Amino acid sequence: MTRSKLLSLLGSYGVVLALLLLILFGWLRYDYFLGFFNITSVLRYNSMFALVALGMCFVIMTGGIDLSVGSTAALGSVVAALFSPQGAWIGLGAGVGAGLCVGLVNATLVTRLKIMPFVATLATMLAASGTALLLADNQSVSVSYESGFTTLGQDNLLGFPIPAWIALAAYVVGWVVLNFTSTGRGVLAVGGNEDATRMMGLPADRIKFLVYLASGGLAGLAGVILAAQFGAGQPIEGVGWELFAIAAVVVGGTLLTGGVGSVGATLAGVLLLGILFNVLNFENGKGWISLSAYWQSVIRGLFLLIVVILQAKLSARSTAAVKEY
Amino acid sequence: MDTDDLLSMTGIDKRFAGIPALSAASFSVRRGEVHALIGQNGAGKSTLIKVLTGYHRRDAGDVAFDGKPFEVSSPQQAQANGISTIYQEINLVPYRSITENICLGREKRKFGFLDWSAMHREAEGLLQRFNIRVDVRRPLMEFNTATQQMVAIARAIGFSAKLVIMDEPTSSLDEREVGVLFNVIRQLKQEGVSVVFVSHKLDELYAVCDRVTIMRDGKTIKTARMDEIEKIDLVSSMLGRNIERTEGHATAFSARDETKIGKVLLSAGNLAIGQIVQDVSFNIRSGEIAGFAGLLGAGRTETARLVFGIDRLRAGEMHYGGKVFDPKRPSDAIAAGMGFCTEDRKSEGIVPEMSVAENMMLALMPKLSKSGIIDEKAQREIVERFIKQLGIKCSGPDQKVRELSGGNQQKVLLGRWLAMNPRLLILDEPTRGIDVGAKGEIQSLIKSLADQGLAVLMISSELEEVIEGADRVFVLREGISVAEFDRAAATEDAVMGAMAHGNAPVIAEARP
Amino acid sequence: MSYSPSAARAAKSFDPFDFLARYGTLIALVLLILFNLIFTRNFATIQTLNVNLTQVCTIVIVAVGMTLVIATGGIDLSVGSLMAISGALAPMIFLGKIIPIENIYLAVAVAMIVSVSIAGLFGLFNGWLIASFKIQPIVATLVLFIAGRGIAQVMTNGNLQTFRVPQFQFIGLGRVFGIPFQVILMVIIVLAAAWVLKRTVFGRQIIAIGGNERAAELSGVAVAKVKLLVYAISGLCAGIAGLVVIAINSSSDANQVGLGMELDAIAAVAVGGTLLSGGKATIIGTLLGAMTIQLVRYTLLANGVPDAAALVVKAGIIVLAVWIQQQGRAHA
Repeated sequence: MTRSKLLSLLGSYGVVLALLLLILFGWLRYDYFLGFFNITSVLRYNSMFALVALGMCFVIMTGGIDLSVGSTAALGSVVAALFSPQGAWIGLGAGVGAGLCVGLVNATLVTRLKIMPFVATLATMLAASGTALLLADNQSVSVSYESGFTTLGQDNLLGFPIPAWIALAAYVVGWVVLNFTSTGRGVLAVGGNEDATRMMGLPADRIKFLVYLASGGLAGLAGVILAAQFGAGQPIEGVGWELFAIAAVVVGGTLLTGGVGSVGATLAGVLLLGILFNVLNFENGKGWISLSAYWQSVIRGLFLLIVVILQAKLSARSTAAVKEY
Repeated sequence: MDTDDLLSMTGIDKRFAGIPALSAASFSVRRGEVHALIGQNGAGKSTLIKVLTGYHRRDAGDVAFDGKPFEVSSPQQAQANGISTIYQEINLVPYRSITENICLGREKRKFGFLDWSAMHREAEGLLQRFNIRVDVRRPLMEFNTATQQMVAIARAIGFSAKLVIMDEPTSSLDEREVGVLFNVIRQLKQEGVSVVFVSHKLDELYAVCDRVTIMRDGKTIKTARMDEIEKIDLVSSMLGRNIERTEGHATAFSARDETKIGKVLLSAGNLAIGQIVQDVSFNIRSGEIAGFAGLLGAGRTETARLVFGIDRLRAGEMHYGGKVFDPKRPSDAIAAGMGFCTEDRKSEGIVPEMSVAENMMLALMPKLSKSGIIDEKAQREIVERFIKQLGIKCSGPDQKVRELSGGNQQKVLLGRWLAMNPRLLILDEPTRGIDVGAKGEIQSLIKSLADQGLAVLMISSELEEVIEGADRVFVLREGISVAEFDRAAATEDAVMGAMAHGNAPVIAEARP
Repeated sequence: MSYSPSAARAAKSFDPFDFLARYGTLIALVLLILFNLIFTRNFATIQTLNVNLTQVCTIVIVAVGMTLVIATGGIDLSVGSLMAISGALAPMIFLGKIIPIENIYLAVAVAMIVSVSIAGLFGLFNGWLIASFKIQPIVATLVLFIAGRGIAQVMTNGNLQTFRVPQFQFIGLGRVFGIPFQVILMVIIVLAAAWVLKRTVFGRQIIAIGGNERAAELSGVAVAKVKLLVYAISGLCAGIAGLVVIAINSSSDANQVGLGMELDAIAAVAVGGTLLSGGKATIIGTLLGAMTIQLVRYTLLANGVPDAAALVVKAGIIVLAVWIQQQGRAHA
């Protein structure tokens, strides 16, 4: 096996392997690690990040980036909370709708006004955050407990948390779209070589438009779950979510330059980073060492560093291969 | 229109910003024919192809394809109508699988979802027609260039193309891969598909093409059967030289005083870097203008890049000023007293947002500063001197360089290196894209620089520039230096003959 | 093919986008001041000036480093985290938590030098990732964006460090002839950077790399070295800004120091007229950009518009500035 193949294999399966090793480690070391309570609480909490990371994954695969997902989730949570008295479905729809609005603005700025994704979504990040604060009057907005809205975040279905089911459904849809629709393949083609994609007759701008729209909608959905889970719309939540999502996507082996990516590996990336935090908690619980929760971002950064350097080597190799001719 | 003609283009005009790129050009291709399209840089072949594929809109003329008038406004539309183009820079998505690269844009579906097994089968089937068996699920980038090329062709055929245009498809292939490609082309021909083959390697044209069309200055010069035209005729038609024509004076170069030529400054032996430069040897003396002649793709620019340390040598060695010279990066060459005026002013030469003065001082600046602080006054003096000396037309040293004409930008770049007071100046196509007046000025400038003792290595695709300007001409052909002429021996006949035939490289037996 | 006959035509006619890209920020600033002079009460006072200047100081200091980075065609997302690191480290030193130093002046000096240098070293690390591994700047600096704040939090265990050390807090609270010291610091940094950019070889090379990296390399510019230095400078600026912030607050909270600073700095640079794609930069423009953003916010607040709405307006300004810039380029 050549080194480049090894590297690319590591790129695609490394994260799953690391996830399994981490789970094995936790199972052997801590008594309640694979207990029902721990599993459901990890899944319940990380489902929000999973949704945001899914949207981010699609955006990054086109070679773009969406920095607005964190504040969009915050906006979604506020809007959902405001509408929650009208019923669970209306609250859900309103939250997702708010996310779609932000996504629509991003999509328009990027594909119509041709503003760099990074600048465009940075601006909408501020705007969404400001709108959330305005709507919420600078405080958290309590949700209605009568309308059944909280079911979306707090209840279980067939023994598993509803947020986890929602995230799972989103990932299944995402996986099908990416692998079995021409739009999905177009996403990867646009990220891999936008000019070639246009030459091949694919609607590059429409694909990019859809991707930003979807990312906004998923962030809004994450916001709905946030509000339902914690019983309040939280305008100042979501800070740093975009970076968590980017890190998860990258750790999952998706190239930040676009063109290569996997929905499944992104989910593994989210779980890896989430369980890492969980393991730290358990470790502290054991009292052997006391690694504060603050280590998690250091470790996340280290993970990101390793993956990014591996990716740089991989892509240096592939550009060298292209240059050969 | 000949009934055998698949494509016929007549009276095509195309202007860019008022400047004609094509004037009354014509081109026709028969069914099941392999047709070579050749010409110098700027002859109009790319423009012609782009007009055909709808990339550019023509200003005048008629196009008929498959018996009907042909009007398309985009390459996609052309593809849907049976004309596929395979570009020089392979236009595929390297990270994606071969299947995707072949099937993108016309996917197979089952119940609304992509039917991968059917698509894999189709990709395999298309490639098998060329006897290529590969795992079509693997990303394209894992395969060599020849396979990528075949994938591009398979994609074109998958769209049931009637005409496939190949723009320099062999420039990156080795001999064995070229053989595979030729088999594919012959097979296409048998199936009644026509191929337009753009290449600068004359031997290849004879190996695979039926007819050839030669273009020059936006016009169609001639169309002939390959077996009825000599290589030397191809070259002279491309360059616009008549072999019998008497020598005239077409450039601003004038006779040189041979006594001003000094000792050997740079000598290079058997330089090589892969396919494109295989075995190049030459030397330059102080005060001498050495010219590199050759067709496109002969390896002239690539050799110059080796000298300047932009690319690293794989084999061979250089001596400079009597010592072994092995530059690792451009700054090594600059430190040794070299300058390099690139052929690609826009992407490698000017810094568009910077002023004339800043551009001109870019290389010299570190020398003209005291502890990192720029000596504005000294710089200003130098810049103003060169603006005057080189006759740069600008509103002043502070004008943005992007606002200048091509000729004046070139002079700014010349100034950048002359300010360094170099010993060797490499000029790659110093007068390309420059209007006639400025061209003459730059040519006389080059001569006077040599008179002052500067060694000049001049690469030019204009034959008269090399022949009249250079004291010695080195001819490169397919990566090999095949001939050297001194001023007296460098006649157009002789140089063109070497460009066309040269000493053909020893072709190794095709590897199994 | 390199036919470029059209390059000859100089833009002679008046181009509104080019004009706006050049002078838009200045005009906006003047209009804002005029508006406030007419409509905002007590605007023309030293008090107002000081409030606005001190609000903008740390942003400008960070944005100066960011301008240099962006001028090379890069970006530095880690500045906020580096502020947190230097802000966390300095009190640990002058409060004697690491090694006790008797003389408070010496302790403060050591604290300042060490913490700013550490931030500079982290910046150098960013530059190393970018120059040696050819990693996109946005990704390379994302690493320290995430890990950097974590490092600061781990160092302090997430605890708030409070202190009352006037010798140190002078950089945030002190005044010289009635002018806040931080304003003086800002002015010095701005002038120094503007001078470096205009008058030194290093400055020209920064612009040349951002304008055309290939051309710069072929002209003998040591591209990797320049990039390393630029990111190191950005780190140093962030380090200094971190110290100013904790001095003002009399406390250092690793969770809060420099939070969101990267966005404010980038916004100031963009509104100031520096090309986000590199190759054209103005330090004075960055100063004006930061002041414009601040003054918009002040104007809105002073006239009863909530802070949250000001965020939305700020977003609009950024998009507008970048859009005008792009139009100006497309028309030129």
